[in-house]
Amino acid sequence: MTESPQSIRAFIRPKTLNPTVFWRLAEDIPKPLNTTLIVMSVGVPLLLWWLVTTVGNIDPKFLPTPAKVLVAFGRLWSTRELLKDTVASLWRVGVGFLLAAILSIPVGVLMGSFPSIRALLEPLFGLMRYMPAPAFIPLLILYLGIGEEPKITLIFIGVFFFNSLMVMDTVKFVPKDLIESTYILGGDRIQSLFQVIFPYVLPGILDACRINLAAAWQLVIVSELIAANEGLGRRISVAGRFLRTDEIFVGLIVIGVIGLSFDLLFQYLLRVSCKWASQQR
Amino acid sequence: MYLQINSLNKNFETKDGPLVVLKDINMLIEQGEYICAVGASGSGKSTLLRQIAGLDTPTSGQITVDGKRVTGPGPDRGMVFQQYTLYPWMSVQQNTEFGLKLLGVPKKVRREQASYYLNVVGLTEFSQALPKQLSGGMKQRAAIARALVSEPKVLLMDEPFGALDIHTKESMHEFMLDLWRRTNITIFMITHDVEEAVFLSNRIYALGARPGTVRKEMSINLPERTQSIKRQSKFQDYRDELMDLMRKHGQEALAAA
Repeated sequence: MTESPQSIRAFIRPKTLNPTVFWRLAEDIPKPLNTTLIVMSVGVPLLLWWLVTTVGNIDPKFLPTPAKVLVAFGRLWSTRELLKDTVASLWRVGVGFLLAAILSIPVGVLMGSFPSIRALLEPLFGLMRYMPAPAFIPLLILYLGIGEEPKITLIFIGVFFFNSLMVMDTVKFVPKDLIESTYILGGDRIQSLFQVIFPYVLPGILDACRINLAAAWQLVIVSELIAANEGLGRRISVAGRFLRTDEIFVGLIVIGVIGLSFDLLFQYLLRVSCKWASQQR
Repeated sequence: MYLQINSLNKNFETKDGPLVVLKDINMLIEQGEYICAVGASGSGKSTLLRQIAGLDTPTSGQITVDGKRVTGPGPDRGMVFQQYTLYPWMSVQQNTEFGLKLLGVPKKVRREQASYYLNVVGLTEFSQALPKQLSGGMKQRAAIARALVSEPKVLLMDEPFGALDIHTKESMHEFMLDLWRRTNITIFMITHDVEEAVFLSNRIYALGARPGTVRKEMSINLPERTQSIKRQSKFQDYRDELMDLMRKHGQEALAAA
Protein backbone atom coordinates (compact mmCIF):
# COMPACT_ATOMS: atom_id res chain seq x y z
CA MET A 1 0.00 0.00 0.00
CA THR A 2 2.21 2.85 -1.20
CA GLU A 3 -0.51 4.76 -3.09
CA SER A 4 -2.18 7.51 -1.15
CA PRO A 5 -5.94 7.19 -0.66
CA GLN A 6 -6.62 10.15 -2.97
CA SER A 7 -5.14 8.48 -6.01
CA ILE A 8 -7.88 5.86 -6.29
CA ARG A 9 -10.49 8.57 -6.76
CA ALA A 10 -9.25 9.22 -10.28
CA PHE A 11 -10.47 5.75 -11.22
CA ILE A 12 -13.90 6.03 -9.65
CA ARG A 13 -16.74 7.04 -11.95
CA PRO A 14 -19.16 9.52 -10.31
CA LYS A 15 -22.28 7.57 -9.40
CA THR A 16 -25.50 8.40 -7.59
CA LEU A 17 -28.78 6.61 -7.06
CA ASN A 18 -31.46 8.44 -9.06
CA PRO A 19 -34.94 8.69 -7.58
CA THR A 20 -37.61 6.57 -9.25
CA VAL A 21 -41.22 5.59 -8.75
CA PHE A 22 -41.87 2.68 -11.09
CA TRP A 23 -38.55 0.88 -10.55
CA ARG A 24 -38.52 1.03 -6.75
CA LEU A 25 -36.78 -2.06 -5.49
CA ALA A 26 -38.51 -3.87 -2.58
CA GLU A 27 -40.25 -0.64 -1.59
CA ASP A 28 -43.92 0.31 -1.69
CA ILE A 29 -45.17 2.28 -4.69
CA PRO A 30 -47.84 5.00 -4.38
CA LYS A 31 -51.32 3.58 -3.90
CA PRO A 32 -52.92 5.15 -7.03
CA LEU A 33 -50.16 3.71 -9.22
CA ASN A 34 -50.60 0.35 -7.54
CA THR A 35 -54.34 0.32 -8.18
CA THR A 36 -53.88 1.45 -11.80
CA LEU A 37 -51.37 -1.32 -12.47
CA ILE A 38 -53.66 -3.94 -10.88
CA VAL A 39 -56.58 -2.84 -13.06
CA MET A 40 -54.32 -2.83 -16.13
CA SER A 41 -53.10 -6.32 -15.37
CA VAL A 42 -56.53 -7.78 -16.23
CA GLY A 43 -57.93 -4.89 -18.23
CA VAL A 44 -55.24 -4.69 -20.94
CA PRO A 45 -55.45 -8.37 -22.00
CA LEU A 46 -59.28 -8.11 -22.00
CA LEU A 47 -59.13 -4.99 -24.15
CA LEU A 48 -56.64 -6.63 -26.56
CA TRP A 49 -58.90 -9.66 -26.78
CA TRP A 50 -61.88 -7.46 -27.58
CA LEU A 51 -59.92 -5.40 -30.15
CA VAL A 52 -58.46 -8.40 -31.94
CA THR A 53 -61.83 -10.18 -32.21
CA THR A 54 -63.87 -7.10 -33.22
CA VAL A 55 -61.47 -5.25 -35.51
CA GLY A 56 -59.42 -8.18 -36.77
CA ASN A 57 -60.99 -10.69 -39.11
CA ILE A 58 -60.72 -13.80 -36.93
CA ASP A 59 -62.73 -16.98 -37.21
CA PRO A 60 -64.91 -17.17 -34.05
CA LYS A 61 -64.28 -20.93 -33.99
CA PHE A 62 -60.66 -19.98 -33.37
CA LEU A 63 -61.13 -17.05 -31.00
CA PRO A 64 -64.66 -15.95 -29.98
CA THR A 65 -65.44 -12.39 -28.91
CA PRO A 66 -65.73 -11.62 -25.19
CA ALA A 67 -69.44 -10.97 -25.73
CA LYS A 68 -69.94 -14.41 -27.26
CA VAL A 69 -68.17 -16.03 -24.31
CA LEU A 70 -70.44 -14.10 -21.95
CA VAL A 71 -73.49 -15.35 -23.84
CA ALA A 72 -72.17 -18.92 -23.66
CA PHE A 73 -71.68 -18.43 -19.91
CA GLY A 74 -75.31 -17.31 -19.58
CA ARG A 75 -76.49 -20.30 -21.61
CA LEU A 76 -74.51 -22.84 -19.59
CA TRP A 77 -75.55 -21.18 -16.34
CA SER A 78 -79.26 -21.14 -17.18
CA THR A 79 -79.29 -24.86 -18.08
CA ARG A 80 -77.56 -25.53 -14.74
CA GLU A 81 -74.89 -27.57 -16.58
CA LEU A 82 -72.13 -25.23 -15.47
CA LEU A 83 -73.19 -25.41 -11.85
CA LYS A 84 -73.34 -29.22 -11.99
CA ASP A 85 -69.84 -29.37 -13.51
CA THR A 86 -68.44 -26.93 -10.97
CA VAL A 87 -69.94 -28.83 -8.05
CA ALA A 88 -68.58 -32.12 -9.40
CA SER A 89 -65.05 -30.72 -9.72
CA LEU A 90 -65.19 -28.96 -6.37
CA TRP A 91 -66.37 -32.13 -4.65
CA ARG A 92 -63.46 -34.16 -6.04
CA VAL A 93 -60.92 -31.55 -5.07
CA GLY A 94 -62.53 -31.12 -1.66
CA VAL A 95 -62.41 -34.81 -0.76
CA GLY A 96 -59.00 -35.53 -2.27
CA PHE A 97 -57.34 -32.42 -0.88
CA LEU A 98 -58.85 -32.74 2.60
CA LEU A 99 -57.77 -36.37 2.89
CA ALA A 100 -54.27 -35.47 1.74
CA ALA A 101 -54.06 -32.44 4.06
CA ILE A 102 -55.39 -34.29 7.12
CA LEU A 103 -52.73 -36.98 6.68
CA SER A 104 -49.83 -34.91 5.38
CA ILE A 105 -49.90 -32.21 8.09
CA PRO A 106 -49.21 -34.58 11.03
CA VAL A 107 -46.79 -36.63 8.92
CA GLY A 108 -44.92 -33.47 7.89
CA VAL A 109 -44.80 -32.15 11.46
CA LEU A 110 -43.44 -35.49 12.68
CA MET A 111 -40.86 -35.59 9.88
CA GLY A 112 -39.73 -32.06 10.69
CA SER A 113 -39.61 -32.61 14.44
CA PHE A 114 -38.02 -36.05 14.69
CA PRO A 115 -34.87 -36.79 12.68
CA SER A 116 -35.68 -40.49 13.12
CA ILE A 117 -39.00 -40.22 11.28
CA ARG A 118 -37.41 -37.95 8.71
CA ALA A 119 -34.78 -40.59 7.91
CA LEU A 120 -37.51 -43.21 7.63
CA LEU A 121 -39.80 -41.32 5.25
CA GLU A 122 -37.91 -38.55 3.45
CA PRO A 123 -36.15 -40.72 0.84
CA LEU A 124 -39.42 -42.37 -0.23
CA PHE A 125 -41.36 -39.11 -0.28
CA GLY A 126 -38.55 -37.35 -2.12
CA LEU A 127 -38.74 -40.03 -4.82
CA MET A 128 -42.55 -40.00 -5.02
CA ARG A 129 -42.54 -36.23 -5.34
CA TYR A 130 -40.68 -36.45 -8.63
CA MET A 131 -43.19 -38.87 -10.16
CA PRO A 132 -45.74 -36.55 -11.80
CA ALA A 133 -49.18 -37.41 -10.45
CA PRO A 134 -50.80 -37.52 -13.95
CA ALA A 135 -48.38 -40.33 -14.81
CA PHE A 136 -50.31 -42.45 -12.31
CA ILE A 137 -53.56 -42.13 -14.28
CA PRO A 138 -53.17 -45.37 -16.30
CA LEU A 139 -52.37 -47.30 -13.13
CA LEU A 140 -55.26 -45.72 -11.25
CA ILE A 141 -57.71 -46.60 -14.02
CA LEU A 142 -56.33 -50.14 -14.00
CA TYR A 143 -56.71 -50.47 -10.22
CA LEU A 144 -59.77 -48.35 -9.48
CA GLY A 145 -61.75 -48.12 -12.72
CA ILE A 146 -63.09 -44.82 -14.06
CA GLY A 147 -65.39 -43.66 -11.26
CA GLU A 148 -64.65 -41.12 -8.55
CA GLU A 149 -62.00 -43.17 -6.74
CA PRO A 150 -59.18 -42.80 -9.28
CA LYS A 151 -59.74 -39.04 -9.53
CA ILE A 152 -59.70 -38.56 -5.77
CA THR A 153 -56.67 -40.84 -5.45
CA LEU A 154 -54.88 -38.84 -8.13
CA ILE A 155 -55.41 -35.62 -6.17
CA PHE A 156 -54.30 -37.36 -3.01
CA ILE A 157 -51.06 -38.56 -4.62
CA GLY A 158 -50.43 -35.15 -6.11
CA VAL A 159 -50.88 -33.33 -2.81
CA PHE A 160 -49.81 -35.71 -0.04
CA PHE A 161 -46.09 -36.04 -0.79
CA PHE A 162 -45.54 -32.40 -1.68
CA ASN A 163 -47.48 -31.15 1.32
CA SER A 164 -45.68 -33.49 3.75
CA LEU A 165 -42.28 -32.32 2.54
CA MET A 166 -43.24 -28.65 2.57
CA VAL A 167 -44.68 -28.90 6.09
CA MET A 168 -41.51 -30.72 7.15
CA ASP A 169 -39.40 -27.84 5.86
CA THR A 170 -41.35 -25.24 7.83
CA VAL A 171 -40.95 -27.33 10.99
CA LYS A 172 -37.21 -27.66 10.46
CA PHE A 173 -36.89 -23.87 10.69
CA VAL A 174 -38.43 -23.55 14.16
CA PRO A 175 -35.74 -21.65 16.15
CA LYS A 176 -33.90 -23.99 18.49
CA ASP A 177 -33.95 -21.27 21.17
CA LEU A 178 -37.74 -21.42 21.28
CA ILE A 179 -37.70 -25.16 21.98
CA GLU A 180 -34.89 -24.85 24.52
CA SER A 181 -36.77 -22.05 26.29
CA THR A 182 -39.71 -24.41 26.58
CA TYR A 183 -37.55 -27.16 28.12
CA ILE A 184 -36.14 -24.65 30.62
CA LEU A 185 -39.65 -23.52 31.57
CA GLY A 186 -40.37 -27.14 32.43
CA GLY A 187 -41.96 -28.35 29.20
CA ASP A 188 -41.57 -31.93 28.02
CA ARG A 189 -41.22 -33.02 24.40
CA ILE A 190 -44.93 -33.58 23.81
CA GLN A 191 -45.79 -30.14 25.20
CA SER A 192 -43.07 -28.59 23.05
CA LEU A 193 -44.47 -30.33 19.98
CA PHE A 194 -48.11 -29.35 20.48
CA GLN A 195 -47.84 -26.04 22.29
CA VAL A 196 -44.75 -24.53 20.69
CA ILE A 197 -43.78 -26.16 17.40
CA PHE A 198 -47.32 -26.54 16.04
CA PRO A 199 -48.52 -22.97 16.66
CA TYR A 200 -45.22 -21.63 15.37
CA VAL A 201 -45.50 -23.47 12.06
CA LEU A 202 -49.26 -23.00 11.56
CA PRO A 203 -48.81 -20.05 9.16
CA GLY A 204 -46.27 -22.09 7.19
CA ILE A 205 -48.68 -25.04 7.07
CA LEU A 206 -51.50 -22.84 5.78
CA ASP A 207 -49.16 -21.47 3.15
CA ALA A 208 -48.10 -24.96 2.04
CA CYS A 209 -51.77 -25.97 1.80
CA ARG A 210 -52.53 -22.88 -0.26
CA ILE A 211 -49.83 -23.74 -2.77
CA ASN A 212 -50.80 -27.41 -2.95
CA LEU A 213 -54.49 -26.64 -3.36
CA ALA A 214 -53.52 -25.01 -6.65
CA ALA A 215 -51.90 -28.29 -7.66
CA ALA A 216 -55.02 -30.23 -6.61
CA TRP A 217 -57.19 -27.94 -8.67
CA GLN A 218 -55.04 -28.58 -11.74
CA LEU A 219 -55.10 -32.33 -11.20
CA VAL A 220 -58.88 -32.55 -11.02
CA ILE A 221 -59.15 -30.85 -14.40
CA VAL A 222 -56.51 -33.18 -15.86
CA SER A 223 -58.32 -36.25 -14.53
CA GLU A 224 -61.63 -35.03 -15.95
CA LEU A 225 -60.12 -34.34 -19.34
CA ILE A 226 -59.33 -38.02 -19.61
CA ALA A 227 -62.46 -39.72 -18.31
CA ALA A 228 -65.51 -38.23 -16.60
CA ASN A 229 -69.25 -37.76 -17.01
CA GLU A 230 -69.28 -34.30 -15.53
CA GLY A 231 -66.85 -31.68 -14.26
CA LEU A 232 -65.22 -28.55 -15.59
CA GLY A 233 -62.45 -30.53 -17.28
CA ARG A 234 -65.07 -32.71 -18.95
CA ARG A 235 -66.95 -29.55 -20.06
CA ILE A 236 -63.83 -28.27 -21.82
CA SER A 237 -63.05 -31.54 -23.49
CA VAL A 238 -66.63 -31.96 -24.80
CA ALA A 239 -66.71 -28.36 -25.99
CA GLY A 240 -63.45 -28.99 -27.84
CA ARG A 241 -64.88 -32.02 -29.57
CA PHE A 242 -67.82 -29.98 -30.94
CA LEU A 243 -65.63 -26.95 -31.74
CA ARG A 244 -67.53 -24.79 -29.23
CA THR A 245 -64.60 -22.52 -28.52
CA ASP A 246 -66.75 -20.08 -26.53
CA GLU A 247 -67.55 -22.85 -24.04
CA ILE A 248 -63.87 -23.74 -23.74
CA PHE A 249 -63.23 -20.15 -22.74
CA VAL A 250 -66.10 -20.23 -20.23
CA GLY A 251 -64.59 -23.38 -18.67
CA LEU A 252 -61.08 -21.89 -18.52
CA ILE A 253 -62.24 -18.63 -16.98
CA VAL A 254 -64.41 -20.37 -14.36
CA ILE A 255 -61.49 -22.65 -13.43
CA GLY A 256 -59.19 -19.65 -13.06
CA VAL A 257 -61.63 -17.61 -11.01
CA ILE A 258 -62.38 -20.49 -8.62
CA GLY A 259 -58.66 -21.19 -8.18
CA LEU A 260 -57.97 -17.53 -7.43
CA SER A 261 -60.84 -17.46 -4.92
CA PHE A 262 -59.30 -20.43 -3.08
CA ASP A 263 -56.01 -18.59 -2.95
CA LEU A 264 -57.58 -15.41 -1.59
CA LEU A 265 -59.57 -17.45 0.95
CA PHE A 266 -56.39 -19.06 2.27
CA GLN A 267 -54.63 -15.71 2.43
CA TYR A 268 -57.56 -14.35 4.41
CA LEU A 269 -57.50 -17.37 6.76
CA LEU A 270 -53.79 -16.85 7.31
CA ARG A 271 -54.27 -13.16 8.11
CA VAL A 272 -57.13 -13.81 10.52
CA SER A 273 -55.78 -16.85 12.34
CA CYS A 274 -52.14 -15.83 12.59
CA LYS A 275 -52.09 -12.10 13.21
CA TRP A 276 -48.71 -12.39 14.86
CA ALA A 277 -47.13 -13.60 11.62
CA SER A 278 -48.79 -11.06 9.34
CA GLN A 279 -45.71 -8.94 8.83
CA GLN A 280 -43.40 -11.84 8.21
CA ARG A 281 -44.97 -12.82 4.92
CA MET B 1 -23.35 -23.77 48.70
CA TYR B 2 -26.20 -23.06 46.38
CA LEU B 3 -24.93 -23.34 42.84
CA GLN B 4 -21.85 -25.48 42.75
CA ILE B 5 -19.68 -26.34 39.76
CA ASN B 6 -17.05 -29.02 40.41
CA SER B 7 -14.07 -29.61 38.10
CA LEU B 8 -16.19 -29.22 35.01
CA ASN B 9 -14.66 -30.06 31.65
CA LYS B 10 -16.30 -29.82 28.27
CA ASN B 11 -14.86 -31.03 24.98
CA PHE B 12 -16.44 -30.72 21.57
CA GLU B 13 -15.76 -33.49 19.11
CA THR B 14 -14.38 -32.08 15.87
CA LYS B 15 -12.93 -33.87 12.87
CA ASP B 16 -9.45 -32.88 14.10
CA GLY B 17 -10.09 -34.56 17.45
CA PRO B 18 -11.55 -33.21 20.67
CA LEU B 19 -11.54 -29.44 21.21
CA VAL B 20 -11.27 -28.40 24.87
CA VAL B 21 -13.84 -25.67 25.43
CA LEU B 22 -14.02 -25.56 29.21
CA LYS B 23 -11.20 -26.76 31.42
CA ASP B 24 -11.44 -27.47 35.12
CA ILE B 25 -14.12 -24.93 36.01
CA ASN B 26 -14.86 -24.60 39.73
CA MET B 27 -17.42 -22.15 41.04
CA LEU B 28 -19.26 -21.74 44.32
CA ILE B 29 -22.23 -19.44 44.41
CA GLU B 30 -24.24 -18.58 47.51
CA GLN B 31 -27.93 -17.98 47.62
CA GLY B 32 -28.80 -14.36 46.79
CA GLU B 33 -25.54 -13.54 45.04
CA TYR B 34 -25.35 -11.67 41.77
CA ILE B 35 -22.53 -13.31 39.86
CA CYS B 36 -21.14 -12.34 36.48
CA ALA B 37 -18.83 -14.51 34.42
CA VAL B 38 -16.86 -12.21 32.13
CA GLY B 39 -14.99 -13.43 29.13
CA ALA B 40 -14.11 -12.61 25.55
CA SER B 41 -15.55 -14.67 22.72
CA GLY B 42 -14.04 -18.14 22.76
CA SER B 43 -13.96 -18.28 26.55
CA GLY B 44 -16.74 -20.85 26.49
CA LYS B 45 -19.02 -18.73 28.66
CA SER B 46 -22.15 -19.57 26.70
CA THR B 47 -21.21 -23.24 26.79
CA LEU B 48 -20.82 -23.00 30.56
CA LEU B 49 -24.28 -21.50 30.91
CA ARG B 50 -25.78 -24.24 28.74
CA GLN B 51 -24.29 -26.86 31.06
CA ILE B 52 -25.83 -25.17 34.10
CA ALA B 53 -29.17 -24.90 32.30
CA GLY B 54 -28.92 -28.61 31.50
CA LEU B 55 -29.24 -28.05 27.76
CA ASP B 56 -25.91 -29.80 27.28
CA THR B 57 -24.02 -32.36 29.34
CA PRO B 58 -20.47 -31.82 30.58
CA THR B 59 -17.70 -34.19 29.47
CA SER B 60 -16.71 -34.57 33.12
CA GLY B 61 -17.38 -32.91 36.44
CA GLN B 62 -20.70 -31.98 37.92
CA ILE B 63 -23.09 -29.14 38.65
CA THR B 64 -25.45 -29.05 41.61
CA VAL B 65 -28.22 -26.57 42.41
CA ASP B 66 -29.34 -26.54 46.05
CA GLY B 67 -27.74 -29.96 46.50
CA LYS B 68 -29.46 -31.49 43.51
CA ARG B 69 -27.35 -32.62 40.59
CA VAL B 70 -28.18 -31.09 37.20
CA THR B 71 -29.01 -33.76 34.63
CA GLY B 72 -31.29 -31.82 32.30
CA PRO B 73 -33.25 -28.61 31.91
CA GLY B 74 -35.90 -27.83 34.50
CA PRO B 75 -37.89 -25.00 36.03
CA ASP B 76 -35.60 -24.70 39.08
CA ARG B 77 -33.26 -22.74 36.78
CA GLY B 78 -34.79 -19.85 34.83
CA MET B 79 -33.00 -18.54 31.79
CA VAL B 80 -32.98 -15.37 29.72
CA PHE B 81 -31.34 -15.62 26.32
CA GLN B 82 -29.55 -12.91 24.37
CA GLN B 83 -31.89 -13.36 21.40
CA TYR B 84 -35.52 -12.62 22.03
CA THR B 85 -37.18 -15.95 22.68
CA LEU B 86 -40.71 -14.88 23.55
CA TYR B 87 -43.35 -16.96 21.79
CA PRO B 88 -44.43 -14.61 18.98
CA TRP B 89 -48.07 -15.78 18.82
CA MET B 90 -48.71 -15.30 22.55
CA SER B 91 -49.48 -12.05 24.31
CA VAL B 92 -47.06 -10.84 26.99
CA GLN B 93 -49.45 -12.21 29.63
CA GLN B 94 -49.66 -15.62 27.93
CA ASN B 95 -45.89 -15.72 27.52
CA THR B 96 -45.43 -15.01 31.20
CA GLU B 97 -47.97 -17.63 32.25
CA PHE B 98 -46.69 -20.27 29.88
CA GLY B 99 -44.12 -21.86 32.21
CA LEU B 100 -46.75 -22.35 34.89
CA LYS B 101 -49.16 -23.77 32.32
CA LEU B 102 -46.52 -26.34 31.34
CA LEU B 103 -46.22 -27.29 35.01
CA GLY B 104 -49.96 -27.77 35.41
CA VAL B 105 -50.68 -24.77 37.64
CA PRO B 106 -54.43 -23.90 37.70
CA LYS B 107 -55.46 -21.03 35.45
CA LYS B 108 -56.46 -18.61 38.20
CA VAL B 109 -53.25 -19.07 40.19
CA ARG B 110 -51.01 -18.70 37.19
CA ARG B 111 -52.87 -15.60 36.02
CA GLU B 112 -52.30 -13.91 39.38
CA GLN B 113 -48.66 -14.98 39.55
CA ALA B 114 -47.98 -13.72 36.02
CA SER B 115 -49.72 -10.41 36.75
CA TYR B 116 -47.57 -9.99 39.84
CA TYR B 117 -44.32 -10.45 37.91
CA LEU B 118 -45.50 -8.32 34.99
CA ASN B 119 -46.02 -5.60 37.56
CA VAL B 120 -42.52 -6.23 38.96
CA VAL B 121 -40.97 -5.74 35.51
CA GLY B 122 -43.27 -2.79 34.75
CA LEU B 123 -45.19 -4.32 31.87
CA THR B 124 -48.72 -4.44 33.29
CA GLU B 125 -49.92 -1.99 30.67
CA PHE B 126 -48.55 -4.16 27.89
CA SER B 127 -49.87 -7.49 29.11
CA GLN B 128 -52.13 -7.92 26.08
CA ALA B 129 -49.49 -6.81 23.53
CA LEU B 130 -47.78 -9.22 21.17
CA PRO B 131 -43.97 -9.47 21.47
CA LYS B 132 -43.45 -7.80 18.09
CA GLN B 133 -45.14 -4.68 19.46
CA LEU B 134 -42.53 -4.32 22.24
CA SER B 135 -39.19 -2.54 22.15
CA GLY B 136 -35.99 -4.51 22.75
CA GLY B 137 -35.75 -3.58 26.43
CA MET B 138 -39.42 -4.43 27.01
CA LYS B 139 -38.95 -7.79 25.32
CA GLN B 140 -36.11 -8.64 27.69
CA ARG B 141 -38.17 -7.52 30.69
CA ALA B 142 -40.98 -9.78 29.52
CA ALA B 143 -38.49 -12.63 29.15
CA ILE B 144 -37.27 -11.97 32.71
CA ALA B 145 -40.87 -12.04 34.00
CA ARG B 146 -41.44 -15.31 32.14
CA ALA B 147 -38.30 -16.78 33.73
CA LEU B 148 -39.26 -15.60 37.22
CA VAL B 149 -42.89 -16.75 37.47
CA SER B 150 -42.02 -20.29 38.48
CA GLU B 151 -39.73 -18.85 41.18
CA PRO B 152 -36.52 -20.54 40.05
CA LYS B 153 -33.66 -21.10 42.47
CA VAL B 154 -31.26 -19.38 40.13
CA LEU B 155 -31.75 -17.04 37.17
CA LEU B 156 -29.32 -17.68 34.33
CA MET B 157 -28.73 -14.84 31.89
CA ASP B 158 -26.87 -15.21 28.60
CA GLU B 159 -25.66 -11.73 27.59
CA PRO B 160 -29.21 -10.49 28.03
CA PHE B 161 -28.47 -6.86 27.23
CA GLY B 162 -26.01 -7.40 24.38
CA ALA B 163 -28.49 -6.33 21.71
CA LEU B 164 -29.68 -3.17 23.48
CA ASP B 165 -28.52 0.40 22.93
CA ILE B 166 -26.50 2.04 25.68
CA HIS B 167 -29.37 4.01 27.26
CA THR B 168 -31.76 1.06 27.34
CA LYS B 169 -28.91 -1.03 28.68
CA GLU B 170 -28.26 1.37 31.57
CA SER B 171 -31.90 1.45 32.54
CA MET B 172 -32.00 -2.35 32.37
CA HIS B 173 -28.97 -2.45 34.70
CA GLU B 174 -30.79 -0.33 37.25
CA PHE B 175 -33.88 -2.45 36.77
CA MET B 176 -31.87 -5.65 37.41
CA LEU B 177 -30.31 -4.31 40.61
CA ASP B 178 -33.70 -3.22 41.87
CA LEU B 179 -35.22 -6.60 40.97
CA TRP B 180 -32.35 -8.43 42.62
CA ARG B 181 -32.72 -6.47 45.87
CA ARG B 182 -36.47 -6.93 45.97
CA THR B 183 -36.66 -10.63 45.14
CA ASN B 184 -33.36 -11.74 46.65
CA ILE B 185 -32.93 -14.15 43.76
CA THR B 186 -29.62 -15.76 42.85
CA ILE B 187 -28.41 -14.51 39.48
CA PHE B 188 -25.70 -15.99 37.30
CA MET B 189 -25.06 -13.85 34.26
CA ILE B 190 -22.50 -14.05 31.51
CA THR B 191 -21.28 -11.05 29.58
CA HIS B 192 -18.29 -9.71 27.68
CA ASP B 193 -19.02 -6.20 28.95
CA VAL B 194 -16.62 -5.59 31.85
CA GLU B 195 -18.30 -2.38 32.97
CA GLU B 196 -21.69 -4.09 33.06
CA ALA B 197 -20.24 -6.92 35.17
CA VAL B 198 -18.60 -4.57 37.69
CA PHE B 199 -21.73 -2.46 37.98
CA LEU B 200 -24.10 -5.37 38.54
CA SER B 201 -22.38 -8.16 40.38
CA ASN B 202 -21.12 -8.69 43.87
CA ARG B 203 -18.62 -11.21 42.55
CA ILE B 204 -17.01 -11.77 39.16
CA TYR B 205 -15.39 -14.77 37.58
CA ALA B 206 -13.02 -13.69 34.82
CA LEU B 207 -12.68 -16.36 32.17
CA GLY B 208 -9.69 -16.87 29.90
CA ALA B 209 -10.08 -18.17 26.37
CA ARG B 210 -9.06 -21.32 24.48
CA PRO B 211 -9.64 -23.30 26.59
CA GLY B 212 -12.10 -21.53 28.84
CA THR B 213 -10.78 -21.44 32.39
CA VAL B 214 -11.37 -19.31 35.46
CA ARG B 215 -8.44 -16.87 35.52
CA LYS B 216 -9.52 -14.74 38.41
CA GLU B 217 -12.23 -14.44 40.99
CA MET B 218 -12.96 -10.96 42.20
CA SER B 219 -15.32 -9.60 44.84
CA ILE B 220 -16.82 -6.22 44.02
CA ASN B 221 -17.41 -3.91 46.96
CA LEU B 222 -18.95 -0.65 45.92
CA PRO B 223 -20.60 1.78 48.37
CA GLU B 224 -23.54 2.32 46.05
CA ARG B 225 -24.81 1.27 42.64
CA THR B 226 -25.78 4.36 40.71
CA GLN B 227 -24.58 5.64 37.36
CA SER B 228 -22.32 8.16 39.11
CA ILE B 229 -20.30 5.39 40.76
CA LYS B 230 -18.87 4.67 37.32
CA ARG B 231 -16.93 7.96 37.57
CA GLN B 232 -15.30 7.02 40.88
CA SER B 233 -11.85 5.55 41.08
CA LYS B 234 -12.91 2.43 42.95
CA PHE B 235 -15.23 1.42 40.12
CA GLN B 236 -12.61 2.29 37.54
CA ASP B 237 -9.93 0.29 39.36
CA TYR B 238 -12.08 -2.84 39.23
CA ARG B 239 -12.83 -2.21 35.58
CA ASP B 240 -9.22 -1.52 34.61
CA GLU B 241 -7.93 -4.56 36.46
CA LEU B 242 -10.37 -6.79 34.60
CA MET B 243 -9.69 -5.10 31.28
CA ASP B 244 -5.93 -5.53 31.73
CA LEU B 245 -6.43 -9.16 32.64
CA MET B 246 -8.54 -9.81 29.58
CA ARG B 247 -6.17 -7.90 27.30
CA LYS B 248 -3.23 -9.90 28.59
CA HIS B 249 -5.01 -13.19 28.09
CA GLY B 250 -6.20 -12.08 24.69
CA GLN B 251 -2.61 -11.48 23.61
CA GLU B 252 -1.50 -14.80 25.05
CA ALA B 253 -4.27 -16.58 23.21
CA LEU B 254 -3.28 -14.85 19.96
CA ALA B 255 0.37 -15.75 20.48
CA ALA B 256 -0.57 -19.37 21.17
CA ALA B 257 -2.69 -19.50 18.01
